[in-house]
Amino acid sequence: MNPENLKYSKEHEWARVEGSTVVVGITQFAAEQLGDVVYVDLPEAGSDIEQFGKFGEIESVKTVSDLFSPVGGKIVEVNDSVKDSPEKVNEDTYGEGWLLKIEISDPGQLDALMDAAGYESLTAE
Amino acid sequence: MSDSELKKTSLFDAHVASGARMVPFGGWDMPVQYPAGIIAESRAVREGSGIFDVSHMGRIEFTGPGAVAFLDTVLSAHVAELKPGRSKYHMICNQEGGIIDDAIVYRLEEDRCLLVVNAANAKADLSWITPKAEAFGGVVWKDITAETGMIALQGPKSVELADSLSGVSASGIRRFRIGEINVAGVPCLAARTGYTGEDGFELMPAGDDLEELWNALKEAGSAECGLGARDVLRLEAGLMLHGNDMTVDNNPYEAGLGWTIKLEKPDYIPGVALGRIAASETPRTIAGFRMKGRAIPRQGMDILQGGKPVGEVTSGTHSPTLDADIGMGYVPRQLADVGTEIQIDVRGRHVEAEIVELPFYKRS
Repeated sequence: MNPENLKYSKEHEWARVEGSTVVVGITQFAAEQLGDVVYVDLPEAGSDIEQFGKFGEIESVKTVSDLFSPVGGKIVEVNDSVKDSPEKVNEDTYGEGWLLKIEISDPGQLDALMDAAGYESLTAE
Repeated sequence: MSDSELKKTSLFDAHVASGARMVPFGGWDMPVQYPAGIIAESRAVREGSGIFDVSHMGRIEFTGPGAVAFLDTVLSAHVAELKPGRSKYHMICNQEGGIIDDAIVYRLEEDRCLLVVNAANAKADLSWITPKAEAFGGVVWKDITAETGMIALQGPKSVELADSLSGVSASGIRRFRIGEINVAGVPCLAARTGYTGEDGFELMPAGDDLEELWNALKEAGSAECGLGARDVLRLEAGLMLHGNDMTVDNNPYEAGLGWTIKLEKPDYIPGVALGRIAASETPRTIAGFRMKGRAIPRQGMDILQGGKPVGEVTSGTHSPTLDADIGMGYVPRQLADVGTEIQIDVRGRHVEAEIVELPFYKRS
């Protein structure tokens, strides 16, 4: 269920490399654990973020969770549409439910992430 | 408590097969939500009908010539005044008037009553009540939780649905009454009670028939709902949850539950203490509030006024019915008036909120 072309963090975020830009979101597993997402707090575009740094909060009916970026760099775009339609995170977390686009500062950071199989075994535990 | 020690209702496998997420609750392994999710499940109950497995709730039967007189010494309802077939929501209080549990007592027959209590408190209830029952005499008690099941069928369409499965006998049971009917061929006690703010029933079949009844209700179109939706719905309806909104450290008057206390009856054990508390206004009281900013209040967060803590949130959620964030908590009585402005400390952020009337939601 986790796309093969993505990289995954232990904190249940995904990263999709598009040239020097990396699209970031939360995994299906995380979305299911949260349940119905009600609020997504995201930073402004233009700010810098460190790899595995906290960039926001995601809150469901049941619980609240911090968001950690799988890569570091400059935030070039924020998906404002999930603020108004947070259900996109539950319905299409690998598509319309993306959260940030980051200009990655060092592509070597990707080596610290898991592939789909590695993430699968993490969540199977 | 480890997962292996958790008790399971006879619907456990059915919940797992439906894709429910199971969580520990009051010593039981219970579904918190199904794949539809809490918002869709809540909507089903507000607009149509939903079913909840509430078999974890404690069910204790009291029989014998002394049963009613005995229960009047430990329950805050006046059981002797209840006609057979009727029920009362009430408190089980200790000698000092602290709330051990809230419960419903059903008078099934002249000398037979059923007490339905919270799963998490069943042990505490029994250890408070049963030694007194033995000393009182003329009353036999039996914990029938394991041999029976319980399904809450709730929502505006639930009466019609129950009628269609019972040869129109369900609607003959009026609000807060209980009767014995067959639903989808399954004999059960059907009580017109619930915990969602909607019309509906709590159906109690034999444990062995539970799955058959559950499947019949599901096939008739009722949506499976978990404890997550149950919590949202009861909070919207302004219904208290013991363990959150009141504990043994609260008395019924500050919890806004003074109306459930009947002091005019003989030998009521907490009667003297409760009478004393009832004689004057409690310094604090439970109040409902609605957030002005976008933030969900959660249990344990501070309630502030002018930056100073004045109380604590006891329950909070996002209300899908009202599309608002709502909560309850204890505040000093002078801050409990509707319209009073307060703030909630949401992880260090002071978010504006306003005291509003309870319940948040009332069915039309």
